[in-house]
Amino acid sequence: MNKPLPGTGSGGRFVRLAETARPALRLVIDGAPATALEGDTLLVALLTNGRRVRTSEFGDGTRAGFCLMGACQDCWVWTEAGQRLRACSTAVTEGMAVRTTPPASLWPVTPEVVARERGEVFK
Amino acid sequence: MSAPRIVVVGAGPAGVRAAQALVEAGVRPIVVDEGRRDGGQIYRRQPEGFTRTHALLYGSEAAKAQALHRDFDALRPHIDHRTETLAWNVTAGQLHTVHAPSGATATLDVDALIVCAGATDRLMPVPGWQHAGCYSLGAAQIALKAQACAIGSRVVFMGSGPLLYLVAAQYVKAGARVNAVLDTSSAMPTPAALRGLLQRPRLLWRGLALKASLRLAGVKLMNAVTPLQIDATPDGGVSAVVVRDAHGNERRFDCDAVALGWHLRAESQLADLARCEFAFEPLSRQWLPRIDACGRSSTAGVYLAGDGARLLGADGAEAAGRLAALAALHDLAHERGRTLFAAEQSALQRTLATMNGFREGLAQAFPWPHEHAAALPHDTVVCRCEAITAGELRRSVRELGSQEVNRSKAFSRVGMGRCQGRYCGHAAAEIVAAAASIPVEKIGRLRSQAPVKPLLMSAQEHE
Amino acid sequence: MSDTQHRSDVLIVGGGLMGTTTALFLRRHHGLSVTLLERELIGRQASGTNFGNVRRQGRDLAQIPLANRARAVWGRVNELLGEDLEFAPLGHLRVCYTEAQAAKLEQHVRDVQPLGLDLQMFSADALRKRWGIFSDAVVAGSLSPVDGHANPRLAGPAFGRAAQRAGAHIHEHSEVAHIERVGSEFVAHTVDGRQYRAAQLLVTTGAWSARFAQAFGEAVPLDARGPQMGVTEPLPYAIGPSIGVSTPIEEEGLYFRQIARGNIVFGGGLKGPALADAVRAYVKPDNTLRQLRELRRFVPAFANVQLIRVWSGIEGYTGDWVPVMGPSARVPGLHYAFGFNGEGFAISPGVGEVMAELIATGRTSTPIADFAIGRFAAAVQDQPITT
Repeated sequence: MNKPLPGTGSGGRFVRLAETARPALRLVIDGAPATALEGDTLLVALLTNGRRVRTSEFGDGTRAGFCLMGACQDCWVWTEAGQRLRACSTAVTEGMAVRTTPPASLWPVTPEVVARERGEVFK
Repeated sequence: MSAPRIVVVGAGPAGVRAAQALVEAGVRPIVVDEGRRDGGQIYRRQPEGFTRTHALLYGSEAAKAQALHRDFDALRPHIDHRTETLAWNVTAGQLHTVHAPSGATATLDVDALIVCAGATDRLMPVPGWQHAGCYSLGAAQIALKAQACAIGSRVVFMGSGPLLYLVAAQYVKAGARVNAVLDTSSAMPTPAALRGLLQRPRLLWRGLALKASLRLAGVKLMNAVTPLQIDATPDGGVSAVVVRDAHGNERRFDCDAVALGWHLRAESQLADLARCEFAFEPLSRQWLPRIDACGRSSTAGVYLAGDGARLLGADGAEAAGRLAALAALHDLAHERGRTLFAAEQSALQRTLATMNGFREGLAQAFPWPHEHAAALPHDTVVCRCEAITAGELRRSVRELGSQEVNRSKAFSRVGMGRCQGRYCGHAAAEIVAAAASIPVEKIGRLRSQAPVKPLLMSAQEHE
Repeated sequence: MSDTQHRSDVLIVGGGLMGTTTALFLRRHHGLSVTLLERELIGRQASGTNFGNVRRQGRDLAQIPLANRARAVWGRVNELLGEDLEFAPLGHLRVCYTEAQAAKLEQHVRDVQPLGLDLQMFSADALRKRWGIFSDAVVAGSLSPVDGHANPRLAGPAFGRAAQRAGAHIHEHSEVAHIERVGSEFVAHTVDGRQYRAAQLLVTTGAWSARFAQAFGEAVPLDARGPQMGVTEPLPYAIGPSIGVSTPIEEEGLYFRQIARGNIVFGGGLKGPALADAVRAYVKPDNTLRQLRELRRFVPAFANVQLIRVWSGIEGYTGDWVPVMGPSARVPGLHYAFGFNGEGFAISPGVGEVMAELIATGRTSTPIADFAIGRFAAAVQDQPITT
């Protein structure tokens, strides 16, 4: 009944029911190539190519959006350049590259904390 | 005043009709909206390039949706429409906005502010609701309406209110698989509820027809359920919904997505920041900003219309938006506005009274199951953003002495996450009230703090 | 928190950190009976809305002994209270933008060393090696390695509960209308007609203290100002110390700290309006935007972070930036501890120990003479009296 439609990865969470005759777009999710359809939100792109949007900071697992209307703030991701994007209210553009975990280069753990976590004293 | 500076926040039904009234009166308002397109939620427009008809998207409301969209398109040359713009704060006589994509901020001096901020779904936590695959009812509808997607391949709908059946029926019609529709309210509305519902007989009829269509499609419908658990794993997400049925038996429904919702809660943050007074409404058990019969708040120059003030639905929002705009013009001594206001005030208020009667019937027929909050197991996550449990909330009362919801927030962190209490606030108040043995109307309400939604720290100052 | 006792050895008016820490130490160290009257809720005002810095560097030198004493209490505060105040002694770092300011930091390092505070200077390069988050605008820094930050939302109420468990009588929702001296006793009258008596009285009512001091003939120039605070979304844990900009330019003076859960709390720059009478304080939107600009200026990574909440509070500022602490200059048995100019959180446990000592024994080993309320008496004719 829900046969795979263009742009739906086999591991996707959302199911496309109509409007599949739209031009395909290419994007990159966590470094891996993915496809979406023109007019998709980034959230739909993430959830047709996979099953999660981000991971909760507090240990209770993956998240896949919640309200889809920009209210819950549970779908924020990053571009490779570190820009914050709210997936449900961002349209996919060709060549977009997004990360579902904070890019380490943008909020790097300070060397001092790294040392402490290793049980070392800095310097 | 010949050229009053009027700002409308929100381009849903209320905001559109407010803008339209202003333009008719010869005023050029600024209309601020977070989205790229007008329409709000119920009449959310699909992206350009989608081909489904209004009839397919909006069903029985197609004509209204089409009229709203068409009318707004006609307004465009006459308004200053600021899309993808968030009103993040308000101070006396000034609205503070940010254009999200660029980070450009602006401070708008306003003679009148008409806030049409709409509503979100109202959620009662269910153990496991924080996991991937759990959505609000509104989300399930937006996925379908705006993106032609179902939230999963086997969906369970749970909650109460007319939206529950509407979205489920829309899913079935669109070819999605719906495993169950689980309603926490009882099957038989009380006589008082029926009286309210009969104020809008066409709507009542449509509701019954939706239920019938679901049954005909073989979807399992249940009433008087008590949600027990959403089975899920941290990595895989949702796998089933477990409820107790009306006979006390545990029932389990496999699914890979759950849509939850118990009608709506008003988006009242701007009204709160504008220092509008609020009052507790016993019928819906939520705090709402005080407004008079025309939508005037307790703060001079601030008008509230649509679901962000009173949950009357789209039709009520359209009438309320128009009335509030005319009232604003009247109060600003705008001549044309005063003429329109005098001519239309009574009729618009009569419309709103009818809508309100229906709303009261809805609230009685599909009650907010507040008693579930007190019964939630201690380890139930209440604040999804911060992973705060019911037990931690109860501790704020029993061990740390809180007797008020903001104090409980300070002690437990409930409401301190990115959603700023939108999805946990009502349940948190019920839990704190139950733990403190104080009526919920005396436990306070979570006070809004700016920004209205998260503000990217790249936001630029303006001159 | 209700009780029927109306006479005690000591009456404390004002339930912020200064009042609750004093109440606790009066019980624990001196065994005196204590009643504390708080207008609303314990720790709700400046004590609960401040930044949460536990710092000694950058203070007036006269405060260092008091700050050292406080730091000793912070080091064992969780055991003392039986609750976690999230004290993170991972350092307090001050950075600066100019060589002139770096020279001031260096001078301060020399000044505090004999007072028992050992600071370390860092060049821009050394800052980059250890933290790596600062922009090129930052030229130097000074670190106090064992200072840090704690959670002000939790601290006041935790001290209050500990004081109560130790036998103090803590009354919330007990606004004091006026206090009079009757014979050798002080009598406080609440707005709802209750009376509380004690041989000794301590006024710790923060920004609202001038009224009580004035009633005893001791005018104090006291202004209420609102700190402009904000907090971000949770971020991966990366930064240990509390960090601030040291600068003579008020709007540049931002500071921030990352809590264990990942959120970054920040404050600083210009203050906002605080209306003491109405008990309201506001964050001005233009202050917030300016703060974001200054934060990006010194830590560029902030550009990709979201602000999720702002708040303010009501802090008391004395005319001369020196706190009011110690015995009354006019009335025996009367004591004060207020007007900490937005930097009281760090020293509050020390203030509590010292005031308890003073009240119980008549003297204290920590020098506080510079903070005496009597210093305003000579100038009182020239100052407008504020309440």
